[in-house]
Amino acid sequence: MQHPANPRTLYDKIWDDHVVKTLDDGTSLLYIDRHLLHEVTSPQAFESLRAAGRPVRRPDATMAVADHNVPTSDRSQPVEDPQSRLQIETLEANVKEFGVPYFPLRSRQQGIVHVVGPEQGVSLPGMTIVCGDSHTSTHGAFGSLAFGIGTSEVEHVLATQTLLQKRSKNMRVRVEGDVAPGVTAKDIMLSIIGRIGTAGGTGHVIEFAGSAIRNLDMAGRMTLCNMSIEAGARAGMVAPDETTFAYVKGRPFAPQGEAFEQAVAYWKTLATDDGAHFDEEVVLDAAAITPSVTWGTSPEDVLPITGTVPRPEEFADPAKAERIRRTLAYMGLEAGQKIAGTPVDVVFIGSCTNSRIEDLRAAAAVLKGRKVAEGVRAMVVPGSGLVRYAAEQEGLDKIFREAGFEWREAGCSMCLGMNPDKLSAGQRSASTSNRNFEGRQGPDGRTHLCSPTMAAAAAVTGTLCDARDLLKPELAEGAA
Amino acid sequence: MEKFTRLTSVAAALPQENVDTDQIIPARFLKTIHRTGLGKHLFAGQRYDAEGKENPDFVLNKPAYRKAGILITLDNLGCGSSREHAPWALLDFGIRCVIAPSFADIFYNNCFKNGILPIRLPREQCLALMEDASHGENARLTVDLEKQEIHRPDGEVVTFEMDPFRRQVLLEGLDDVAQTLKTHEEAIRAFEARPSRAWVPSTKQASRPQSVIGAKGETA
Repeated sequence: MQHPANPRTLYDKIWDDHVVKTLDDGTSLLYIDRHLLHEVTSPQAFESLRAAGRPVRRPDATMAVADHNVPTSDRSQPVEDPQSRLQIETLEANVKEFGVPYFPLRSRQQGIVHVVGPEQGVSLPGMTIVCGDSHTSTHGAFGSLAFGIGTSEVEHVLATQTLLQKRSKNMRVRVEGDVAPGVTAKDIMLSIIGRIGTAGGTGHVIEFAGSAIRNLDMAGRMTLCNMSIEAGARAGMVAPDETTFAYVKGRPFAPQGEAFEQAVAYWKTLATDDGAHFDEEVVLDAAAITPSVTWGTSPEDVLPITGTVPRPEEFADPAKAERIRRTLAYMGLEAGQKIAGTPVDVVFIGSCTNSRIEDLRAAAAVLKGRKVAEGVRAMVVPGSGLVRYAAEQEGLDKIFREAGFEWREAGCSMCLGMNPDKLSAGQRSASTSNRNFEGRQGPDGRTHLCSPTMAAAAAVTGTLCDARDLLKPELAEGAA
Repeated sequence: MEKFTRLTSVAAALPQENVDTDQIIPARFLKTIHRTGLGKHLFAGQRYDAEGKENPDFVLNKPAYRKAGILITLDNLGCGSSREHAPWALLDFGIRCVIAPSFADIFYNNCFKNGILPIRLPREQCLALMEDASHGENARLTVDLEKQEIHRPDGEVVTFEMDPFRRQVLLEGLDDVAQTLKTHEEAIRAFEARPSRAWVPSTKQASRPQSVIGAKGETA
């Protein structure tokens, strides 16, 4: 490959291609290609827009869907909670008034905004993509610059289609080699966060690279980029390649025919140049990554499933030791105990991290012919109506239902405890979501983050456990 | 947006790392369609028990700190969700300045949009200010954005760094959107007209009929 005179990273290139203007102090006005909206972080932005008499500048670059607040039970009934209903109705009134494209609650296209955007081909390589939601980083899997913004910035984008931004630093996380059978993208990402910490990426955009990343399908890359925010990064990205193009091709809102070929030609120029500078670089050995689970209340509290919970006295820093003590008390765990064998009350398979058809297939592979352990409530919440439909076409719903799982409608569900799907105080979950913060899944709920494979295994045994033990015949077959 | 120039207030110390936005305002309170009224839910998980009664040990429930205008924490304040409800809740409670050794990016941005001044200081200085804060009403801090100084009760002055553009926006209480439209409209239009932008499709209408993802994840 030709070595350019001024080698640039994937992030540099997308950034450069979207700078409208650079101001004297180095801040740039950045053009936004895609603005995704949901019901929770947009009402106040529309309210301000209306008060100022401003239109949405580019409704044709905007897409809205309700996800956070929607019940995932029976969709034929009206939304019961009056506040939730008002928030959804407000979104519907706003998209109508301002002419913004919208996937209605009862349409098959409805789902979690970070599942819907890619699935519809609304999110594409080379784009700048924003949404009033931190997990917008998900869309970086396509080789786009995608990041979460607050409601004031939502208003700014609605009115101007731009954002004032300072350039972030470049960080590369390389994962080299092959992961062992039974190890998923979620385990890779939990391992990365465990390694660099929840502030490890602060001020940076992370590019994920290396052979283990190249070998991931788009669902896996989305899982990875989704949790970039849990590593503190502004965004996460993976360079677009043939896997990306094959996924995008033919999606409803993607360019078609010759326009698609032209777009691919452009997208191929975006990969990081040889010799480009990274401010930080981290390398992980894929073979050393094991199925992982969190034990505490920060996503960096990661353990291999074979590991033991830390002891406060192992930490020299008194503030750290105190945090461990407080976390153990909250989580109801003993210092030094094995994490495997911890009983769970609830298993949640879903969220923008792990609710795609590939995730459901992985969970179903564990559940086939097995039953959910007695006393465990297990639920699967597909990321979109289309994922749900596809799973039903494949018969996955039968596997889940026969195992004893609730088969639900699409939405954010138990990821964040703002809709009816919540943990009660003291309940413990194995969850495929992204945050194990105190109270995240419901007040005083206890969350253990893990992959769909591991969550399914926890449902079967009723405890956190090594999913590989349940997958032995399948894994042996895969290795042969 | 209200200007921020100078603030003299009691400071509340929350000596924890990774105070995330779910702690600042749990998701169950995000169902509002307004910016105001969230102060009573600020730190709800720590501030109230399961019955909704105040936890007397939580700093903001102690008599001396019920009117705190400044909050001091340890590293990575505001990590997690992008919810602007976090600064809205702080503001509604009366907090106009947050001080920590480090902040998560989105929360840091969101503070400026709401007239809240976020100040980064080395950990030792944060701990020293927390010590001041422990004296409650007897130890008010003064934060002067113009001079970029914090005046401690003993007269010592701590200086802090601040991006000049952001400082100006806070000092003047500027409306971002109006500023951008006034200053950059022409540049935005010129950008939109670039031929290199032609490939970006519209979200208004699908260029293919809606279909389902088929058996192997391909579009049918």
